[in-house]
Amino acid sequence: MTLADLPKRTPAIVASVHESSAQDNIARRLRELGFVAGERVEMLVCGPFGREPLLVQVGFTRFALRRSEAARVHLRTDGEAA
Amino acid sequence: MSAAAPLRLALVGNPNSGKTALFNQLTGSRQKVANYAGVTVERKEGRLVSRSGRHYAVLDLPGAYSLHAASLDEAITRDLCRGYLPGEPAPDVLVCVVDGTNLRLHLRFALEVRELGKPMLLALNMADVARRRGIHIDLAVLARELGVPVVETVAVQQNGSAALVEQLDRMAEGLQPPQRQIAQGADLHQETRRLLAAAVQMPTRTASIDGALDRWLLHPVFGLVALALVMFLIFQAVYAWAAPLMGVIAAATGWLGDSVGAVLPEGPLSSLLVNGVIAGLGGVIVFLPQILILFAFILALEESGYLPRAAFLLDRMMASAGLSGRSFIPLLSSFACAIPGIMATRSIQDPRDRLATILVAPLMTCSARLPVYALLIGAFIPQRQVWGVFNQQGLVLFGLYVAGILSALMVSWVMKKWRRDKGEHPLLLELPSYRVPQVRDVLIGLWERAWIFLRRVGGIILALTILLWFLLSYPAAPGDGTLSAIEYSFAGRIGHAMTGIFAPIGFNWQICIALIPGMAAREVAVASLATVYALSAADDSAAAQALTPLIADGWSLATALSLLVWFIYAPMCISTLATIKRETNSWRKMSFATIYLFALAYGASFVTYQLAVLLGAG
Repeated sequence: MTLADLPKRTPAIVASVHESSAQDNIARRLRELGFVAGERVEMLVCGPFGREPLLVQVGFTRFALRRSEAARVHLRTDGEAA
Repeated sequence: MSAAAPLRLALVGNPNSGKTALFNQLTGSRQKVANYAGVTVERKEGRLVSRSGRHYAVLDLPGAYSLHAASLDEAITRDLCRGYLPGEPAPDVLVCVVDGTNLRLHLRFALEVRELGKPMLLALNMADVARRRGIHIDLAVLARELGVPVVETVAVQQNGSAALVEQLDRMAEGLQPPQRQIAQGADLHQETRRLLAAAVQMPTRTASIDGALDRWLLHPVFGLVALALVMFLIFQAVYAWAAPLMGVIAAATGWLGDSVGAVLPEGPLSSLLVNGVIAGLGGVIVFLPQILILFAFILALEESGYLPRAAFLLDRMMASAGLSGRSFIPLLSSFACAIPGIMATRSIQDPRDRLATILVAPLMTCSARLPVYALLIGAFIPQRQVWGVFNQQGLVLFGLYVAGILSALMVSWVMKKWRRDKGEHPLLLELPSYRVPQVRDVLIGLWERAWIFLRRVGGIILALTILLWFLLSYPAAPGDGTLSAIEYSFAGRIGHAMTGIFAPIGFNWQICIALIPGMAAREVAVASLATVYALSAADDSAAAQALTPLIADGWSLATALSLLVWFIYAPMCISTLATIKRETNSWRKMSFATIYLFALAYGASFVTYQLAVLLGAG
C-alpha cells in the first residue's frame, strides 16, 4: 500500500520511498523531508478538487503532496501503527 | 575591537524556522536588500553590534530543506555556506536556526550543515512556543551530542536573541569547527532520532490548534468559502480603503505641478518638469497606497501560515491549467500591479511553473487599468439595472476582470500543451503551524517591498516620461500652423502612422497617440487622451472630466468596446516588461511575453470591433 491509498486519519508507518525513475529528485526530497523507513505518517485532509492534494503529517510537520508524489511512499503492511 | 573587520555570520535554516524574524530582531532596520549577482534570489544583509562592542555582518540566507539543492534558493544557500559563491566571502560562523517545535525536520538539516565542518552554533528558535506545548529540550545534552553550542532564541520577543549574541561574542574569541562529525555509515535520519531521544521530551506531535483550524480552513466547502471571504476583504481594502489616500497623493502631485509651473518661467524646462517628471512620477506613486495595503495583507497572511493553505485549496485547479497552487500569491498581487506580482514568483521553485506564472501575471487586471475602464464604461455603458439587482456598469467591469482570469488560465493551459511537457512538477509544500503575525516583521517587509517597487519603477518611468514629453512637445508647431500643436509633434506623426495598423480594430489617431504614453503606465493613457483632445480642440480648459462627453460623441460603441478589450491584455506596460526581463534574465522570454500579449490584444480587439460593426454598433 502507498501513502496515496491511505484512508483519512489512519496512522501508518513508512516502509520506503520508491524511485519512479533513475534520477528521481522528488523521491530524494521526500526522504529529506522525513519520509524514511519507520516514520509515522497520517493523511489528514484531501483538497477540494479531485481529492487532491493530500495533507500529510510526518514527524511534527505537515506537507501538501499531490497523489503522484504520495504514491512514491510505500507503507508497512505488517502490524498496525505503533 | 570595532576597528577590526566584522565577523561574518550567516543565518541558515529550514523555511518556516523563524529565521527572518530572528534576522529582523538581530539587525533591526539596518538591513540592505539586493540580489545575489546574476540571479533573482534576494540577498539580505544587516549589521549587528553586540553589547561588548563587537561588530557583525549578518546575512539571512534563503530557507532550505537540504543542501542537495532542489531550487535556485537552496543552491545559493549551499554555495554560500561552502564559500563557493563568486564575490561572496565564506561566512565565519554559521548560525543554524531550528524551530523548537519542529525538530524532527530541522535537526536533520542542522546535521547536514554541521557536516560542512565550519564554526557553527544552533539557535533553538521559538523556545517559548515549545515550552508552552510542554516540549522539554535539554540544551546541555543537545549541545554535547551535537558538538556545537546551542542557545535558545525567541525571535518575536524583546531581547529574545540576547543569549545568541552573548554566545557569538564568546565564540569570536577563538573560532572552532564542530566537535563531532557523523559516524561513518550512519545516516542523518538515524542521527536525528538519536539526538531527539537523548535530549528532547515531547508530549504531543503537533499543536492541537493547527488540527482544529486545518479541519475548517482546508474543508472542501468551508475552506473555499473562507478563502473567498479573505479575498473579498482584500479586494475591498485595496479598492475602497486606498481611495482617500490616492486622492491626497493625486492632489499633492497636482499642487506641486501647479506651484512649480507658477514659479518657473514658461518654457521647455517648466514643461518638462510639470508635464513630464511630476505628472509621470505622480501617476505611478498614486498606486502606492493600493500596493502597500495589498502587501500588508499578503505579508500578514504569509506570517500567519494561511497562504500555503490557500495554495493547498487551489493547487488542483491551477495545476490542471499548467500552473501550481504556489502561483496563487503572485497572481493575487498582480491585481494591484503586475510588477510586485512578478517579483513574488520567486517563491515558486519549479522553473516551468514560475515562468508560466510570470507570463500570465500581466493578464490580471491591475489597478492601473481601472481609470481607463472607468472612463470608457462611464461614457459608453448606460447606467441601468439588470435583472433588477445588478448595475450594468458594474457587471461590465466584473466581466473584464473575469475575462482576464479566464484568459490567463487559457494561456497557461495552451503553453502547457504546446510544450508537450511530460515532466513532473512537484508540489511538496509545507503547511507550517499557524502563528500570530508580528507587527514588526510585517512593517519591515512592507518597507522593503515599497522601496523595491519605487526603485524599480521610478527609474524606468522617469526616463520614459522624459522621452514621451519630448515626443509630444517637439517639433513645435510652426508660427503659421493651422492644426493643433500635437499634430506637428513626433508623437502626433507616430500616432497618425499607427492608424494604418490599428484601423481594423477601430482605433482613431487620437487613441493611437494615447497608447504611446500609455506604455509608461496604462492609466497615463487617460491623461494623454485628455491632452490630445484638449490640444486638438485648442481648448486649454478641456480636462479629464470633460473627456467623457467628447468621446461619447466622437467614438462609436464598437471602438469603445474594442479599446476595453484591448486593455484586458494591454501589452504596453514597459515597467512590467522590464520586470519580466529582469526576473527571467532573458530577452527571449520578455519578447515572447510582449508578442503574445500584443497578438492576444490585437486579435481579441479585432474580433470585438468587427462583430460590433456587423451588429450595427460601428
